Amino acid sequence: MRSPVIDTQSAPSVPRPARPPLRRVRGGRLLTGVARGLAEHLGIRPILVRLGFMLLATPLFEGLGMLLYVALWAVLPSEVGTKPWQDRRQWPVFALLGLGIVFLTVVTGWAGSGMLFGWLAAIVALGAGVIWHQIKPDADWLTTIVGTSGRRSAILRLGGGGALVAIGVIGILAAVVGLTRESIDNVLNSLLFTLIALGGIALVFGPLIYRMYLQLNSEREGRAREAERADIAAMVHDQVLHTLALIQRRSEDPREVARLARGQERALRNWLYKPSAQAADKFGAALEAAAAEVEDTFGITVDTVVVGDRDMDPHVSALVAAAREAMVNAAKHSGVNNISLYAEAEPDLLSVFVRDRGTGFDIDDIATDRHGVRGSILDRMHRHGGTAEVRSTVGEGTEVRLTMPVDSTENINDERNGQ
Amino acid sequence: MFRAGVRAELGDAVEVIGEAGSVAEAVATIRTALPDVVLLDVHMPDGGGRAVLEQVRATHPDIRFLALSVSDAAEDVIGLIRGGARGYVTKTIAAGELVDAIRRVAEGDAVFSPRLAGFVLDAFATKNQAPVSDPELDQLTNREREVLRLLARGYAYKEIAKELYISIKTVETHVSNVLRKLQMSNRYELSRWAVDRRIV
Repeated sequence: MRSPVIDTQSAPSVPRPARPPLRRVRGGRLLTGVARGLAEHLGIRPILVRLGFMLLATPLFEGLGMLLYVALWAVLPSEVGTKPWQDRRQWPVFALLGLGIVFLTVVTGWAGSGMLFGWLAAIVALGAGVIWHQIKPDADWLTTIVGTSGRRSAILRLGGGGALVAIGVIGILAAVVGLTRESIDNVLNSLLFTLIALGGIALVFGPLIYRMYLQLNSEREGRAREAERADIAAMVHDQVLHTLALIQRRSEDPREVARLARGQERALRNWLYKPSAQAADKFGAALEAAAAEVEDTFGITVDTVVVGDRDMDPHVSALVAAAREAMVNAAKHSGVNNISLYAEAEPDLLSVFVRDRGTGFDIDDIATDRHGVRGSILDRMHRHGGTAEVRSTVGEGTEVRLTMPVDSTENINDERNGQ
Repeated sequence: MFRAGVRAELGDAVEVIGEAGSVAEAVATIRTALPDVVLLDVHMPDGGGRAVLEQVRATHPDIRFLALSVSDAAEDVIGLIRGGARGYVTKTIAAGELVDAIRRVAEGDAVFSPRLAGFVLDAFATKNQAPVSDPELDQLTNREREVLRLLARGYAYKEIAKELYISIKTVETHVSNVLRKLQMSNRYELSRWAVDRRIV
């Protein structure tokens, strides 16, 4: 016997939302999203992180905050997909704080050698970051360096990165050795000779390297095409050919043939047009999986239309289960072989409609001990805070309407689960 | 093979005056045969059905098109409708319904399959993503949305009219308006909405 207790027990086992990965966020950022990203990752308020950076940027910490910030900016990947916008309300405050720090540094003359090194390292990181992020804004620095991209970006990366590293290193060297007129001349001279030598080498080996690069490229494209072809061949062999063979063998059983053809059509369609989604974590995918199951079990077609989508949680699963039960009922009792399933996910409401044009029934005739409609649909929806309505007219068919209010934020959802 | 199947299914209800297997062939056939309704596939050799639409509509704006396709990719379907097709049905449609759809298109009506209604709802639901250039065109009224929802739920026009306490004529008007908005709205990348949605 099913009781509500089971559901309340299963609810707390839902995992808390995972801690967001360390990255630069795009929404609600002040400058580049480093502080906010860090705050989201650590689960603290962004303003604390920002003030922390400010404090570390004072001469007291030799300007460590700035170095840290620039380094993080250069290294962290950017968040993808969110619309970028800046939170400008806090700008004046932080601009004033920054000015204060600069003023303090200049007036007290407190900048030690550590601060100078910090600045030079920050310049290296800044320059490198500019180039890396220009090449591929959403990748982190490692994939950008290792990953292959176009010829132009390779030149940019090598040239720009090299120049910045050179400037930084020379600066640090000069600071260590001491800045005399002579040492600067020496450094500049050797730099000049290095550049001339590099130019000579490039002139000799450049065309050779370029040709190799072109060859590599065409080879890689060829391999990609080959892999794609192999993928399609494997898919056709595994699914289409097998189904066709089965259909030939069972040609005397039209119902079975139709079932096989339908299953195969669905599989191919998903493969061709759908982004891959797991039934376990998306509302739309779960509904489609349920519809496919009903199609295969009862040998009917379910016209599925899903608008919008949403992540799964226990309430959404209950809705999908109720929808599945409604489809099973329609398949079993309506006497038609086509039903419609329409689902819409709005930010605060999920609705599912299951409709058939079959025999229909009189709701009052259903005995109270029948669990199909009462237990699996009506009660289940009520337990999870939703509503269910069964509309049926004898001779015209049945429609089951399910609605489930949901919260647009994950946190509130969690609180409700914990009850 | 598929064309032969359609031809057989249509039987005597509709007069088939020509068929074609490629874009160039289709354009030439349509221009000589001058049909009332063209059944158009999304995918054709040497270009899409959209190419046929554009070429024919440039010279014969009064020929009507009904997209009949096995493709379920939203961008394909929305693309054809944006190009001027009067409706969309899938290839698994029953013969009787197809004849009915052809007749309705011939009479100037729009044919929305539940799936197309779903695509359109989805396309207009992402309304905050693009700058709205013409608010009149770039949004659906509540009534139009309701009608589309009922269409997506598998209701026939008659049933929609009953459900919303309006006349069938009004339902037809709403559906035509949706089609007009879909074809004329300046929403950026409306036909590419599905691609965008996958990134989010």
